[in-house]
Amino acid sequence: MKYLTEFRNGEIAQRMAREIHQIATRPWKIMEVCGGQTHSIIKNGIDQMLPATIEMIHGPGCPVCVTPLELIDKALAIAAQPGVMFCSFGDMLRVPGTEADLFQVKGAGGDVRVVYSPLDAVELAVRNPDKQVVFFGVGFETTAPANAMSVHLAKRRGLKNFSLLVSHVLVPPAIEAIMGSPGNQVQGFLLAGHVCSVMGYWEYPPLAEKYGIPLVVTGFEPLDLLDGIRRCVMQLEAGRHEVENAYERIVTFEGNRPAQKLLAEVFEVTDRAWRGIGVIPKSGWRLSEAYRAFDAEERFHITGIHTEESPLCHSGDVLRGAIKPAECPAFGKECTPRHPLGATMVSSEGACAAYYNYGRFLSAGELAGAGATSTFSKR
Amino acid sequence: MSDDGTPDFSNWSCPLPLADYPTIVMGHGGGGKLGNELVEHLFLPAFRNPALENLGDAAVLDLGSGRLAMSTDSFVVQPLFFPGGSIGELAVNGTVNDLAVSGAEPRYLSASFILEEGFPLSRLAAIVAAMAEAAATAAVRIVTGDTKVVEHGHGDGCYINTAGIGVLRQGILVGPHRAQPGDAVLVSGTIGDHGMAIMSVREGLEFESPIRSDCAALNGLIAEVLEAAGDAVHAMRDPTRGGLASTLNEIAQASGVGIEIDEPSLPVRAEVQSACDLLGLDPVYVANEGKAVFFVAPEAVPAVLGTLRAHPLGRDAARIGQVTAQHKGMLVARTAMGANRVIPTQIGEQLPRIC
Repeated sequence: MKYLTEFRNGEIAQRMAREIHQIATRPWKIMEVCGGQTHSIIKNGIDQMLPATIEMIHGPGCPVCVTPLELIDKALAIAAQPGVMFCSFGDMLRVPGTEADLFQVKGAGGDVRVVYSPLDAVELAVRNPDKQVVFFGVGFETTAPANAMSVHLAKRRGLKNFSLLVSHVLVPPAIEAIMGSPGNQVQGFLLAGHVCSVMGYWEYPPLAEKYGIPLVVTGFEPLDLLDGIRRCVMQLEAGRHEVENAYERIVTFEGNRPAQKLLAEVFEVTDRAWRGIGVIPKSGWRLSEAYRAFDAEERFHITGIHTEESPLCHSGDVLRGAIKPAECPAFGKECTPRHPLGATMVSSEGACAAYYNYGRFLSAGELAGAGATSTFSKR
Repeated sequence: MSDDGTPDFSNWSCPLPLADYPTIVMGHGGGGKLGNELVEHLFLPAFRNPALENLGDAAVLDLGSGRLAMSTDSFVVQPLFFPGGSIGELAVNGTVNDLAVSGAEPRYLSASFILEEGFPLSRLAAIVAAMAEAAATAAVRIVTGDTKVVEHGHGDGCYINTAGIGVLRQGILVGPHRAQPGDAVLVSGTIGDHGMAIMSVREGLEFESPIRSDCAALNGLIAEVLEAAGDAVHAMRDPTRGGLASTLNEIAQASGVGIEIDEPSLPVRAEVQSACDLLGLDPVYVANEGKAVFFVAPEAVPAVLGTLRAHPLGRDAARIGQVTAQHKGMLVARTAMGANRVIPTQIGEQLPRIC
């Protein structure tokens, strides 16, 4: 993994930033779709290196943030049941449901476990035949292949005690929703590199054509991001609107065909509610007919869920890129990572948490005197 | 033990000798013969010293005159054995280091065990041997102790509490509230090794070279630093749970100063950085068990760095930042990209990310 450090070279980053300063002649608004990219931009201060005329708008690509409240509440209800072993990726545990989070369910005696792969949950099901093992399968196209594989394996092994609580969401319909929303300001996109490593980027040329926007497949390290932004700005300045691959070391046009084949077998496209945004047509995956028996929603029949979002939370506006996190009236006041009102403040990929954790609520003056004022932080 | 019903073990003592019992039974904590055998055959031979040998209700110690430092810590780590150590070394070194960074010479420890019924005696013996060796290395004595047994399913095999007493050095005034603007911030070596060693075992992550815990007693190293720099050392801390970031935030708040660190200067092993990248964690929040942070007057930096690097536990020591009168109570990092970012205290544990 040594190669990663080469994409964190400060000198080369400064050089690339200078190049962007030279080519940018007009103001541009570019959205990074993926929460991992938002996190990296804020953590490394990439946005501070850009010309003041280039604004990065943070997209809805944090799977933790967009998972609907109703599904979180269902997860809490299932996890609290005796005989259930509820498995999840770590950062779902602190996401607030209407009344509690998974940590509180665990504290009250629920068997809630953090796993690193849904395949570990399948193993737990094999080893604990007297328990119902449920995996919380959320995420974009990135996490979908492993989730699909878990259900595929469970079916092949005839497991009756494994199920998936699934809420997969898809990037292309989200881009369509953003471009089609009134008042949209986004002029170009950085596509999520991990999503494209699975799906390739053959889905995107029609979007570039339809909306006249450049779409650049982009990675997550500082130099990856700067390269993606540079290429996007070059297209915008030249009036081009193409799909470009700035993450060639990982992503191919076709993507991972065997994974795509499995996904097509295990999942089917469905309308999906996005927390803070609403229902986007054909924007998600649910288990296909052949695998419906492994759907935790079917198996547990949780009813009587009444969800209630905090009226103070503006995470929907943040997820649509309409406001920056610090512009929300509750940011850093009623809403902090310790007492999050919405999921964007919980997940480490959430835009609000990234802004809060890396001190973006402070004025430049408060941060100056760090003796190390960035040459690019004049703005 | 019979399988039927729930026997009352409160006054129970098993007549069998230690060697005949391969696992801990309730009777080992019952205050009877079994417990005594554990002391005589296991603890006493391993920890042997005059204060312990009296086996009284309390150890009687002669500490001379001067001020004392006292500390206590409980150890509940899972797994109990990991690359680079075990709960045994942790229990000794953790308390030794808490005393050492307070400017004291650690002298005596207590050791209390909470054991789960069914815990293999062979594992307990391995833990006790590790404690004995760690105590010998750190030149401290374990002078008193206790054993309790909880029913199967009510513990995690073995919990250990240690408390320690040390004697404060004359003329040394260190404390988390003594960092001053202008002080240099030094760290004695690579960060994040212990936490990632534990996590890679727990999660079954395999790397080309396994990550080893840095668990070590720092009192020798710290004694040499204080010898070399004396009162130019203003504050010391061992960045354990919560990692370097939590420790630096605590000192920034306690001293009412700002701390700025140069992120690229942080010593992080390549395999630890890789593991952190894989799990979406930041090494500044990952636990260490054999590292110390020093706040020293700028003129003493060469002496302290030289002393650290000459010691086997300080070979990778580095200057990572300085104290400022700006942004009081906050830790700010200069990133490799040349931007500034705040590094806050984490709310709870770091959570591995989805993707």
